[in-house]
Amino acid sequence: MVFLGRLADLAGAPALELAAPLDWAGLKAELAPALAAALDDPRNRVALNGALLADKASLQAVAGDEIALLPPVSGG
Amino acid sequence: MPSRALHRDIRLLDAPFHPGALIGPFTEANPGLGGVCTFVGEVRSDPGVEALELTHYEPLTLSGMHDLADRAFQRFTLMGLLMVHRIGLMRPGEPIVCVSAAALHRRDAIDAVDFCMDHLKSAAWFWKREKRAGQWYWIEPREADHRDLARWQS
Repeated sequence: MVFLGRLADLAGAPALELAAPLDWAGLKAELAPALAAALDDPRNRVALNGALLADKASLQAVAGDEIALLPPVSGG
Repeated sequence: MPSRALHRDIRLLDAPFHPGALIGPFTEANPGLGGVCTFVGEVRSDPGVEALELTHYEPLTLSGMHDLADRAFQRFTLMGLLMVHRIGLMRPGEPIVCVSAAALHRRDAIDAVDFCMDHLKSAAWFWKREKRAGQWYWIEPREADHRDLARWQS
């Protein structure tokens, strides 16, 4: 799982490895409370293998997948 | 519309670049143009700012710039579009972005650059932080950037 922007600071690392498979509830259970709260924040988007999820709670990740947690962009 | 293929050059660069070196070849790649408009953004020398860092997310950022270029080609009558954006660590005075549009008529070229810049400034997949007094601070989007973007949503 990768964390972008200020969420990498919150996670303490730009990426971490999680055991698959993971659904939304499983992912939240694996993360520290502050990160689990960031997952639920509607301003933060989630991408699975580089594709944005329209409904992030529908996440279904299997071994080898990359989940990205994307905070609001600050632009170039 | 010109019958030949439209010229597009969309890039992310992780090292300093010279915008001037891009414009000559871009202009030559669009023979018969009526006008070229180029915008170059540099890291501003704000008091106390030692460095700027732009992070991106590989699967989204460049493809998002290509989507933006697609919309610019749809919205304006362009012959060519150049969009080059820095990522990584930058110092004040370094170029951060260069957008150049070639068209038969000036209004399309000028407006396309304005359109692309407003979208790059507030809707592109970049996260920015600046270093002041040895500390990094994340930068939030400015309200003015959102207002600039809203100009195109009619």
